[in-house]
Amino acid sequence: MNPLAAVPELTAAAPRPAVPTPSLELTHPRPWLVVGTLLQREFVRFIRQRHRVFGALGQPLIFLVLFGAGLHGSFRNPLVATEHTYFEYFFPGTLILILLFTAIFATISIIEDRREGFLQSVLVAPAPRWTIALGKMLGTGSLAVSQVILFMIIAPLVGIPFDLLGWAGAVAVMAVIALALTGLGFMLAWSMDSAQGYHAIMNVALIPMWLLSGAFFPASGATGWMRAIMLGNPLTYGTAAVRHMLYLHNPAMTAGLPSLAVSLGVTALFAAAAFAGAVWITGVHFKKHQ
Amino acid sequence: MTTSHSDESTNFPIAVEGLCHKYEDRIALTDVSFSVGSGELFGIVGPNGGGKTTTFKILTTLLRPTGGRASVWGLDVVGQRDQVRHLIGVVFQSPALDVKLTVRENLLHHGHLYGLAGRDLKTRIDGCLERLSLTDRSRDLVEKLSGGLRRRVELAKALMSRPKVLLMDEPTAGLDPGARDTFWNLINRMRTESGMTVVHTTHHLEEAELCDRIAVFDRGRLVGLDSPGKLRAEIAGEVVTLRGSDLSAIDEQLRKKLGVETQLAGDCVRVLTGDGHAFAAKAREVLGGILDSISIARPSLADVFRQRSGHDFAGEADVMEAKE
Repeated sequence: MNPLAAVPELTAAAPRPAVPTPSLELTHPRPWLVVGTLLQREFVRFIRQRHRVFGALGQPLIFLVLFGAGLHGSFRNPLVATEHTYFEYFFPGTLILILLFTAIFATISIIEDRREGFLQSVLVAPAPRWTIALGKMLGTGSLAVSQVILFMIIAPLVGIPFDLLGWAGAVAVMAVIALALTGLGFMLAWSMDSAQGYHAIMNVALIPMWLLSGAFFPASGATGWMRAIMLGNPLTYGTAAVRHMLYLHNPAMTAGLPSLAVSLGVTALFAAAAFAGAVWITGVHFKKHQ
Repeated sequence: MTTSHSDESTNFPIAVEGLCHKYEDRIALTDVSFSVGSGELFGIVGPNGGGKTTTFKILTTLLRPTGGRASVWGLDVVGQRDQVRHLIGVVFQSPALDVKLTVRENLLHHGHLYGLAGRDLKTRIDGCLERLSLTDRSRDLVEKLSGGLRRRVELAKALMSRPKVLLMDEPTAGLDPGARDTFWNLINRMRTESGMTVVHTTHHLEEAELCDRIAVFDRGRLVGLDSPGKLRAEIAGEVVTLRGSDLSAIDEQLRKKLGVETQLAGDCVRVLTGDGHAFAAKAREVLGGILDSISIARPSLADVFRQRSGHDFAGEADVMEAKE
């Protein structure tokens, strides 16, 4: 019966418990409290590491100025008849880049956090796994959105006029894109052993995903195979949705883009899939070794 | 006598039966069974690579074992993972604090993870800070604290949910001897106050000596399970350690002329004998000038490990680390 019975020295029994089994009263799990606390942690950490603001806003700003000025003379939007400077064309792309950088910088910390940081405790706490993914996504998403709102102040300078409804719509769309990109970053970070691996993926997948989203140049002017890749890129629809919102009253400026309905639909699906993927990967981790 | 019947596992803070674990490329645990009594200070002892951390990960619900079962107060660590998590407090080997947050903020977030909030949470935090003498540090950022203080914050965090079982993985790693003593004094005070069961892994044999009982691991197998005193008492006699510049000559002479069994270690030759002093006198005669020093001691846990596993405790640790 007992496999150890044959090995007398290993059967030294534990002393009988002096006290009866403790009453197993469990505290009530409160998933939304967990989501809220993780969201708050993201904010506090961000505020205490102010250099991260420069990382997330500085590089997009430099890109905007350099590319805007550099490509000023050579850019012509093939489908938009009216005057469309590169500064103006690239501006929504810069907003998307801010979302991407914020998501990358926030999720890359997961790699270390999970092995030698606060996340270890989260993993042994009685909170469902989805709360970890959602807390991170909402926290980082709100940070990213706060930053693009700040950046949009300069939109009129590049020729995009202020419009309450359109801008509010653009911010809402960007919030969904931020969730999608953070979810994607979460999945990547969770499956990585080192930040180096993440950097590699960032360079060969995440940055190209942004470059080929219509942020940098329009799909309509690209050759056939390139256009096919761009239309298969979910971020293309996010960028398109932001452009639609910014030019709510000037549809001529968004000619040749996927329609607003399709853009919104694909973006919502992208975010939902990224969330599902992020929740899924936290479960895979338990089955395999750390 | 034994605890292998599942229906009895509810009587024990920890019950482990036939536990096995295989990683993709290596076997980490082979058929390990033990149980921990209520209120015990229990040590999981062994060299690095012995299976301690794998056992810790399984008990803390972080890893699903590939064979056997483990339970916490009768609740299965796989099937009833969420309930188990309510019962355990965990201190990890690597820091699990957010260094950009203050001590109090770390505890606040941690409490929220356990569904604690409001006045109850505040009371618990204040209580934990008080008991661990951290009150005047509560507003400090963790990155400004010393290693010993950080460990105390980790402990405060693990105790906030008032766990029935405290599980710790090499909790004193990286601490100087003074901080280590302080840490164990605190643990013992907590145990007296709350009757909590404490299970920890260690590769320091001095820490193993402090435990009520220990489970000794070697290469994924359990090679000893009892109180440190009883394990040591099993080795009759005394250990004579001989040193000199030519160890192999010492080894050979002892075998040939005295007909004793010897153990040739890296820097000494050891002999287990009934009467250490009588043997030492004989050895001095036989060896003469090639002997530099000789010492006699009661068997230690290192000797227990050597006898049960067939190799040195520290030596093996180095080999295993080099492989990893």
